[in-house]
Parts: sequence; C-alpha cells; structure tokens
Amino acid sequence: MPILNNLMQQLVNGLALGSIYALIALGYTMVYGIIGMINFAYGEIFMFGAYAGLVLALTNYVNVYVALLGATFITMVLGVVIERVAYRPLRRSSRLSALISAIGVSFFLSSLMVRVKGPNTRGFPTLFENRIFEIGDFQITIYQIVIIGVAGLLMLSLHLFVTYSKMGRAMRACAQDQDAASLMGVNIDRVISVTFAIGSGLAGAAGVLAGIYFNAVQPYMGLLAGLKAFAAAVLGGIGSIPGAMIGGLVIGLTEILGVTVNLSEYKDAFAFAILILVLLFKPAGIMGRKANKKV
Amino acid sequence: MKKLLNNWLIQVLLFLSLLGLTAYGSQIINDITSPYVLTIGLFIGINLIMALGLNLITGVTGQLSLGHAAFMSIGAYASAIATVNYHLPFLVGVLIGGLIACFFGIIIGFPTLRLTGDYLAIATLGFAEIVRVQFTNMKITNGAIGFLGIEGSTTFPIVMTIAVQTICAMVWLENSRNGRAMLAIREDEVASSAVGINTTLYKIQAFAIGAFCAGVGGALFAHTTTFIQPTDFGFQKSVDILSIIVLGGLGSIPGTIIGAIVLTAAPEILRPLANYRMIVYGLLLVVIMIFRPYGLMGGVNLRQAVRRAMMFPKKKQAGREE
Repeated sequence: MPILNNLMQQLVNGLALGSIYALIALGYTMVYGIIGMINFAYGEIFMFGAYAGLVLALTNYVNVYVALLGATFITMVLGVVIERVAYRPLRRSSRLSALISAIGVSFFLSSLMVRVKGPNTRGFPTLFENRIFEIGDFQITIYQIVIIGVAGLLMLSLHLFVTYSKMGRAMRACAQDQDAASLMGVNIDRVISVTFAIGSGLAGAAGVLAGIYFNAVQPYMGLLAGLKAFAAAVLGGIGSIPGAMIGGLVIGLTEILGVTVNLSEYKDAFAFAILILVLLFKPAGIMGRKANKKV
Repeated sequence: MKKLLNNWLIQVLLFLSLLGLTAYGSQIINDITSPYVLTIGLFIGINLIMALGLNLITGVTGQLSLGHAAFMSIGAYASAIATVNYHLPFLVGVLIGGLIACFFGIIIGFPTLRLTGDYLAIATLGFAEIVRVQFTNMKITNGAIGFLGIEGSTTFPIVMTIAVQTICAMVWLENSRNGRAMLAIREDEVASSAVGINTTLYKIQAFAIGAFCAGVGGALFAHTTTFIQPTDFGFQKSVDILSIIVLGGLGSIPGTIIGAIVLTAAPEILRPLANYRMIVYGLLLVVIMIFRPYGLMGGVNLRQAVRRAMMFPKKKQAGREE
C-alpha cells in the first residue's frame, strides 16, 4: 500500500506545518474576537520571534526550550508595546485606520530587521540532533515531534486558560459585549493587553519552531506566513479559537497535499483557493457562527 | 451659476477644456522639469488612477478589497502582450488592459461580493495571490523571470490626461444616481436594499469600474518600467494603494489625490535617510493615522466646502432671519 503510506507521511508533514500556521492564526483570531481588528503586524511578530530565537540560540549556552521561552517572552513584550503605541489611540476610530496603522507597524518591523540583521536568509543553528523515527512504513523526524508537541501543548494550555481562568472568562466576556463587560467591572485595557501578549507569544513561539523546521530565517518571512495564517483564521471562522486550530491544520495539509500531487509551483495559491471555496459555501468559516444582523 | 453647471453641454465643454489645459500644461512641465522629478510625477499619476478605482470600491461603496494589485497585474500583462506580441498601438493596449481587468473584476465580483467585511477582504486577497502565482507559472508572461522588452511609451502628459479624465469621471459618477446608490450601500446595506437599491448590481458596478482603473494604471505602469514581473504585484502593492486612500481620507477624491502625492513622493523625499527610509515610512503611516484617524482629508468634502464658501452664507443667513 505505497499510496496509503505516502498519504500518512504527507499527513504528518502537513500536521507539522499546519501547527505553525495554527499558532499564528490563534493570535489573529483572539485579537479579532475581542477588538474586531485585523492585526496585520502578526506576520512580523512571528518573524521577530524567529530572530529572537536565532540570536538566543547563537549564544551557545541555550538549549531549544530556553530559546523558545525567551523568544516567546520577547514577542509578548513586543506585542503589548505595539498595542499600546499604535493601536490603543485608534481604538475608537474606524477599523481601516487601525488596519493601516498595523501595516505601518509591519513595514517598520521588517525594515528594522533588514537594517539590524541584514536582508539575507540565515540558517538556524542545530539546537538538537535530528533523528528520524520509523513508525511502520512512514517516518517522523524529531523536529516534527517537537513542533507538533509544543504546538499541541500551547493550544491545550490556551484552551484551558480561556475556559477556566478568571482572565479567560473576562476575555470571553469582552468578546461578547465590551461595554457590558466593562460595566461588570472587567478592566478592558488589561484584557486587551493580555490578549495581545498571548497572541504575540504564540506567534513568537511559532517563529522559533518555523526557524528550526525550515532552517531559514529572513526579514520578510512574516508576510506570506502571516497571510496564510490569516487565511487559516478566516477559514476556521474568525473569532473562534478552535476554528483557528482547525483552519491552520487544513491550510497546512492542503499545502503539503498540493506538493504531493506535483503542483508545488502552485502551493502558495492552494491555501487561498481552498479558502475562497469554503467561504463561498460557508461564508462565516468552518466554526464561525453567522451573526444575526439587527436592523 | 449652479444651474449653468448642471447643463450637460457646459459640463462637456468644461471637461474638454480641462483636458486640453492638462495636456498643454503637462507638456510644458514635461519640457522644463528634470527626468527624475518627472518620473516621480508619472508614478504619482499612475498611483492616483489606481487609487481612485479602489476609492470607488472601498471608500464610496464600502467594500474592503485587498486585491487591487491583481487587477493592476492583469492590466499590465494584458497590455504588454497586446503591444509586444500583437504590435497594437500603445493607447489601444492601455484600453485592452483596462477592459480585461474590468472583465475579471466582474467575474470575481459575482461570487465574492456575497461576502461582507473581512471575509470579502480575505477573499480578494486570496484571489490576488492566486493571480500572482498563476502569472508566475504561465508561459506567455514568461513566468517568474518577467516580461521583457515593453516599449516605454508612457509619457507624463498621457498619464496626467488620463488621471484628470479619471478624476472627472469619478466626480461625475459620485453625483449620479449610481454613485448615490453606492454611497447608500456603504452607509447601510440592509436599509438600502430595503428601499429598492439592487445592492449586488451596484457593488459589481463599483468593482468593475475600480478594476478598470487598476487595469489602466497597470498598463501605464508596464509601459513606464518596460519590464514587469509577478513580484511587482504582490500583497505589498495592494497595501500601497489602500494606504493612499485611507491616508488621504476614505471616499474623498481630493483626499485620494493628496494621498497619492504624499505616499508616492514620501519614499523619494526620505531617500537621504538611505537605509532608514522604510523604517521612517512605516512610522509615518502610524503617526499620520494616530493624529488624523480619518485620513488627511477625512470628513472634508472639498466640493461642499467650496459650495459653502461660495453660496451657502446667503442661505444660512436667510435661515437665521426666520
């Protein structure tokens, strides 16, 4: 059954790639759920995380988990600062102005990185030895296990956090009705800061994972990854956390399957083609609920 | 005076004299200005034409589109193929570029305009990416290597004349029945469909006209740079055009003109900063949005302002007397 084995192999590859997209998509969807804004700078935060991981890894004293944690922490701070400086003053104005501000931030971050680290693609140092496990007839690399494992762990803890913690409940309340939540004593500014911190942290972790997986880090890597993750968030139903996970996995799997059937030149188009098709039949995404419009 | 302006014959005459004046004036500018400044002027004009198209879609009709570069690339490639492979005259090539982009605008518009808000935005973005990947893999466009050997036929007077035509067409359209319907859709889609406006029709109309403008702009672009490749028309390009209209003030034609001038000239003015140029450009976008959240000309309707200055004082006083 060579075809089935090949399929299993591609599923594993797709799962690893999809986990990375899902992590970034979570950031998009959480921010959207709470303040209804598309944070176009997420791709760049992802890139920043990858560089932070790279710099930490190059110090030689650090193992992969410390690099991951360090990068996550740096991007969390970055996310909160960006929200504070570029988005908070625009919270009451039109959503498009916030969008342009986000685009300005993303220009700023990527060109800053070009200035600091140069425009070239950099390899990632080997943080741990790559081993290949053979399960039955298909193989899984230890990188893939780490990526899927870390991503799964992060998503699970996010889920627990949002469902059971006090802050998580405040976040869900803000997503439903910001004014009502603030009347109930929820500190909206804090909730939004925390949302940005978590979302950016996830994107930063995804950046390190992507750096390890593709062994390539460059200042413009955030653009396409960000767009695909955004597509994943919308595909799953923007504002829905499980939707972002499913959307990310679907986009990752489609891309890998596209490569498998020998259409790798079109692999960047696959994600979007699937997205448009799904939206035509289910305009609010896979997990999204159709909002009833009050007239 | 107002009655006189409403006469179509007067309007046509005014339009023609404006065109003549532009052609003549820009010819003079063309002769006395340095090629460097002229090239910047050329790109201001091209960006203005495309931005006016997007302004109709996003600013007037309220449909956020993140795929304007796709229509631009379709126009650019179509016109390049027309003039290089089929040896058609330059202006015919520009027209073909516009028409084919318009055709695709309609085809894309039908299914995607059922979506609203951010879903529409991501669908148009996805469409643009698909178009870019398609151009990268097509033989006739020479794929990723790029389309070479286009004649540099675009001149400053031609661009300026087309830009003025576009401005006039947009002003005229905005004050027509169709334009008012589009504005109504932006303000409240449900309400406007309830009063009998065929929202799908007008949205597709806006999309088609906007795509036409983008196609013409793309054609002019191709015949300026003489070399085009799919990466010229990435997401970045769509964002550039969107920034022009949001920074200028959504839905405002004078705003779009100012936005096109500021954002096209800014990278050139910032050139002495060399490596820090794009960093400052990004900061500039953020700062302008924070201090003018509705754009430079947001909430300012020049036509109304002029009218108010010219005619309104009397009426207002009359109202006070009552």
